Amino acid sequence: MAKKTPLLEVKDLHVKVEGKNILRGIDLTVKAGEVHAVMGPNGSGKSTLAHVLAGREGYEVTKGGVRFAGSDLLAMAPEERAREGLFLAFQYPVEIPGVSGMNFLKSALNEMRKHRRLPELDAMDFLTLAREKMRLLEIDEKLIQRAVNVGFSGGEKKRNEVFQMAMLEPRLAVLDETDSGLDIDALKIVANGVNSMRSPDRAIILITHYQRLLDYVVPDKVHVLAHGRIAKSGGRKLALELEKKGYGAFGQSAASVAA
Amino acid sequence: MAVASDTAKTIESATGGDYKYGFVTDIDMDFAPRGLNEDIVRFISAKKNEPDWLLEWRLKSYRRWLTMTEPRWARVRYAAIDYQAAYYYAAPKSTELLDSLDEVDPELLRTYEKLGIPLEEQKMLAGVAVDAVFDSVSVATTYKEKLAEEGIIFCSFSEAVQTQPELVRKYLGSVVPYSDNFYATLNSAVFSDGSFVYIPRGVRCPMELSTYFRINAENTGQFERTLVIADAGSYVSYLEGCTAPMRDENQLHAAVVELVALDDAQIKYSTVQNWYPGDKDGKGGIFNFVTKRGACRGVNSKISWTQIETGSAITWKYPSCILQGDNSVGEFYSVAVTNNHQQADTGTKMIHIGKNTRSTIITKGISAGKGQNTYRGQVKILPGADGARNYTQCDALLIGDQCGGHTIPYIEVRNPTAHVEHEATTSKISDDQLFYCMQRGLSAEDAISMIVNGFCKQVLMELPMEFAVEAQKLLDISLEGSVG
Repeated sequence: MAKKTPLLEVKDLHVKVEGKNILRGIDLTVKAGEVHAVMGPNGSGKSTLAHVLAGREGYEVTKGGVRFAGSDLLAMAPEERAREGLFLAFQYPVEIPGVSGMNFLKSALNEMRKHRRLPELDAMDFLTLAREKMRLLEIDEKLIQRAVNVGFSGGEKKRNEVFQMAMLEPRLAVLDETDSGLDIDALKIVANGVNSMRSPDRAIILITHYQRLLDYVVPDKVHVLAHGRIAKSGGRKLALELEKKGYGAFGQSAASVAA
Repeated sequence: MAVASDTAKTIESATGGDYKYGFVTDIDMDFAPRGLNEDIVRFISAKKNEPDWLLEWRLKSYRRWLTMTEPRWARVRYAAIDYQAAYYYAAPKSTELLDSLDEVDPELLRTYEKLGIPLEEQKMLAGVAVDAVFDSVSVATTYKEKLAEEGIIFCSFSEAVQTQPELVRKYLGSVVPYSDNFYATLNSAVFSDGSFVYIPRGVRCPMELSTYFRINAENTGQFERTLVIADAGSYVSYLEGCTAPMRDENQLHAAVVELVALDDAQIKYSTVQNWYPGDKDGKGGIFNFVTKRGACRGVNSKISWTQIETGSAITWKYPSCILQGDNSVGEFYSVAVTNNHQQADTGTKMIHIGKNTRSTIITKGISAGKGQNTYRGQVKILPGADGARNYTQCDALLIGDQCGGHTIPYIEVRNPTAHVEHEATTSKISDDQLFYCMQRGLSAEDAISMIVNGFCKQVLMELPMEFAVEAQKLLDISLEGSVG
């Protein structure tokens, strides 16, 4: 029954950044249980889409709208969107000196739980849960003792994003180039993490430049973003096609799609 | 509840029994006339029934003060103070014998409650002796008997003048001389009251000693005088917390605190300062011009200052250590917050005189709104201080783009065997950090609170437990509304 309402419905979304039109009419419908890949060359508007969905300042929606589980997503503050179950794995996770990962994530999780009218977790329960997820994602326990992302390697930062996603159990996860800059081992770990999150109640949007992540996380749908529009949508094959032909066919420079 | 009624009883007995040295009669008239002259100094001294030597000391200070000018080197700006417009003596009303807490002035209780401090909170502060200073005179002293068993003296300064004249005479002005600086000299002339602590040889004080300071009368300069003496081999942890109600006019506060640590003694002095900072437009607020200094007079002695400065319109304060004894240790841990139009120029001086003396300085300055926050510190290694070491770390955190953080370290080394390290950083809470936190479901205010607390952790850890909690709350309150 719930699947009748799409989890995410982006309609004719136009967005300006510093006066420049970046998104020029995006239409995208994502249902619970689906994994979508949004691909495209640099500058096509991929990250802008991710940031607009998460509610980052500095993006002006000039036309169109977004509904999230039936509600007007754009009317919500960023933290409300997060509490409603929208998660963004950042392309460049930011460092927060002095704040331990444990403290950070425990506060975040408890905000979500408060919002869902669940009792807050105390330190012990939180740690038990965190350990379980860390084992699953092959993450060193020391990671959450350290300050958030401070001194982390690129791979550790990305894994930490996936770990946070696993802890917060969002309804919609948007992964913004989580695969970039990862070596093959790290990529597999991240992919395993994402695959373990697949569930009939959850949707995942993978934003990526390259198709290699899709070897490990097989998407239900693939969209190609070019010039701020979805130029083509298709199944898994579209990604493979892109790998052969590049983005040239979509009028943007033929950046390599294969890693 | 048991604890609460204990506390209430203790306060009753303290306010009742010990209040015999002064002004119980005719209390309503206990305002000295406005302004300052020798007669006022004599009036204050007479009110307190002081011995001649102390009156002479006050007069000597007053005459010296007349020849001095206000220091202008600090990075703070304010309109000229009219010292003749202030009152220099005010005793609180209604300090008569009380049979129960019900008889305490409800206005006073309300003020306490609003500030979220004593009588109620004392339930939780069980085990902490409280010497509440309301306006210029102590109205309650607790746990005295228990301390007396150990031979510890913890009383108001005026009381100590009567009961411990030798100790007061020996140590008063021995760390901060009467001629030290404009504000300290003014204090020496007109100081009203404060706390006196003496820990005997070899005694480890069994509880945190705590004083809550309040400023409550309009136009009343507040001139606290505190003297803490730790005799050989003793240890004491002293807590000082301050808040003040809303006030429209600037109020001058010029306190002096002197600490003396003899051989192998340790003094830990913690302050949470939360005086009225003025309104959003910079109107009103306390001028906090304080001289705090400790002398590590004995070998292996240690003095540790920890301060959380969130209040006051202007803060001018440099808790310092004179490391005289060989192997003595000085520490300074500080968090200073300036929001809206607050200005703080604060830091420390570490004067290394003895051999193998060590000092550590960790400061965290947080500026928001139009706040200006300056760390000013001096590390001085004298020729005889062989093997002296200092480590200094000054971090500044900026919130918004209209505030300022400044670091002004003075380092003077006159001994080639010294090791001196200085590190400084300036960072800003970035939009990226805030957005990251918000994307994880935290509100902007919670995010700032988390980042600020993380930034200050190194210092907050130095505070006694119950103070650390209060300090964290204070940091949140003082940065309220700093998110654009």
